[in-house]
Amino acid sequence: MNITIVDYNSGNISSVVNSFKEVAQNEVNIEVTSDLKKIKLSDKVVLPGQGSFKSCVDALNNISGLVDSLNEFAIQNKKPLLGICVGLQMFADIGYEETETKGLGWVSGKVSKIDNQNGKYKLPHIGWNQINIVKESKIFKNIENNSHMYFVHSYEFIPDDKNVISATTDYSTNIVCSAEKENLFGTQFHPEKSDKTGLQIIDNFIKL
Amino acid sequence: MLKNRIIPCLDVNNGRVVKGINFVNLKDAGDPVEQAKIYSDGGADEICFLDITASNENRETIYGVVKDTSKKCFVPLTVGGGVRSVDDINKLLNCGADKVSINTAAVKNPKIVVDSYKKFGSQCIVVAIDAKKNGEKWEVFTHGGRNNAGIDALEFAKKMEDSGAGELLVTSMDRDGTQLGYDIDLMSKISSKVNIPVIASGGVGNLDHLVDGIKLGNASAVLAASIFHYGKYSIKEAKEYLDSKGIPVRI
Repeated sequence: MNITIVDYNSGNISSVVNSFKEVAQNEVNIEVTSDLKKIKLSDKVVLPGQGSFKSCVDALNNISGLVDSLNEFAIQNKKPLLGICVGLQMFADIGYEETETKGLGWVSGKVSKIDNQNGKYKLPHIGWNQINIVKESKIFKNIENNSHMYFVHSYEFIPDDKNVISATTDYSTNIVCSAEKENLFGTQFHPEKSDKTGLQIIDNFIKL
Repeated sequence: MLKNRIIPCLDVNNGRVVKGINFVNLKDAGDPVEQAKIYSDGGADEICFLDITASNENRETIYGVVKDTSKKCFVPLTVGGGVRSVDDINKLLNCGADKVSINTAAVKNPKIVVDSYKKFGSQCIVVAIDAKKNGEKWEVFTHGGRNNAGIDALEFAKKMEDSGAGELLVTSMDRDGTQLGYDIDLMSKISSKVNIPVIASGGVGNLDHLVDGIKLGNASAVLAASIFHYGKYSIKEAKEYLDSKGIPVRI
């Protein structure tokens, strides 16, 4: 099996790469590239994302043909794709970080700043928080409800269709921390930094 | 519910841990990778390396350490000490650090915080503030606490938040190494001044100090070094103690 982690200059992806290599060992081939051919030929794709919504979308668009290739992979061919952090957020139609920016439009919804209730909640939302699993998902196999995951973000994904929400976390409001729509999976938390439970999620995605 | 974090900090000199965990079963007591792994397996919420390498020719050693650690530890890794430029930050992140803490460079040239936040996102930019009390105020110190920058610590904290820092690591120079507990007054004042998380550091001697840092100092996370080395307390014991005091922790 070939899994591609999309390297599109979206900031630091070494932790994502390390965690996938740790879980995959030698059984699965992990590619780290923005090569369009390799992406098309992959069995699965991981779309990481750090920094702002706008900077990630801009970085995707800076690589000619990348968005088209991702669309072909995920929307036309419906092959499994995992978005992490801003990688998930970019599934949305639109994001409001820095300035209004168009997303990939794969899961209709928007990305807005977390309501910090006039300073009552610190932002970014940094640290370990529990996830409330609201929908059965293959990537939550062997993951107990209320498991701790590592978060670091100030913006949240608000999907139009609440049925895509697979888990939420409690910070100011019920923040969507995992979404699933057919072959598309996304986590707001960082499985690659969430110790053994996080690695389990990565393993679940690899074994889909 | 978001949990308060416990962060053990390891001093690394020329690629080797100084004052590390002194367990009899350690194969190599100076190996930062092995020590970080012990902490992450023990439930540490994050790991912090402070590179105290003085000589320029050995400064590269930290990159190898970070690279090896990030292949073994799957909790966030913060690296600080001697970070001077956006390029230094880039190199550390590429080696597998999740966050980089900036101290002297942020005071000398606050633009480095703005530039690195724009390039890498505020989630990986920690500004380390070393503060010392002077009368009713605290002043910022640089170069490992040797030089007084003559800047008010609270003002500087706010300025760093506005510049794009994602977190502040606040160390009391008066308390560091004393084991008398955090400077609670300093922590709570900075914490109420900014809306980003504050990590309390400097002076922890027992587990009640961790409790005070969170309950009284309003810190989001507590950093400690020596109490976790030499096996005085394990991370697990610290977490169970905090839990018994009603502080939300990841157990």
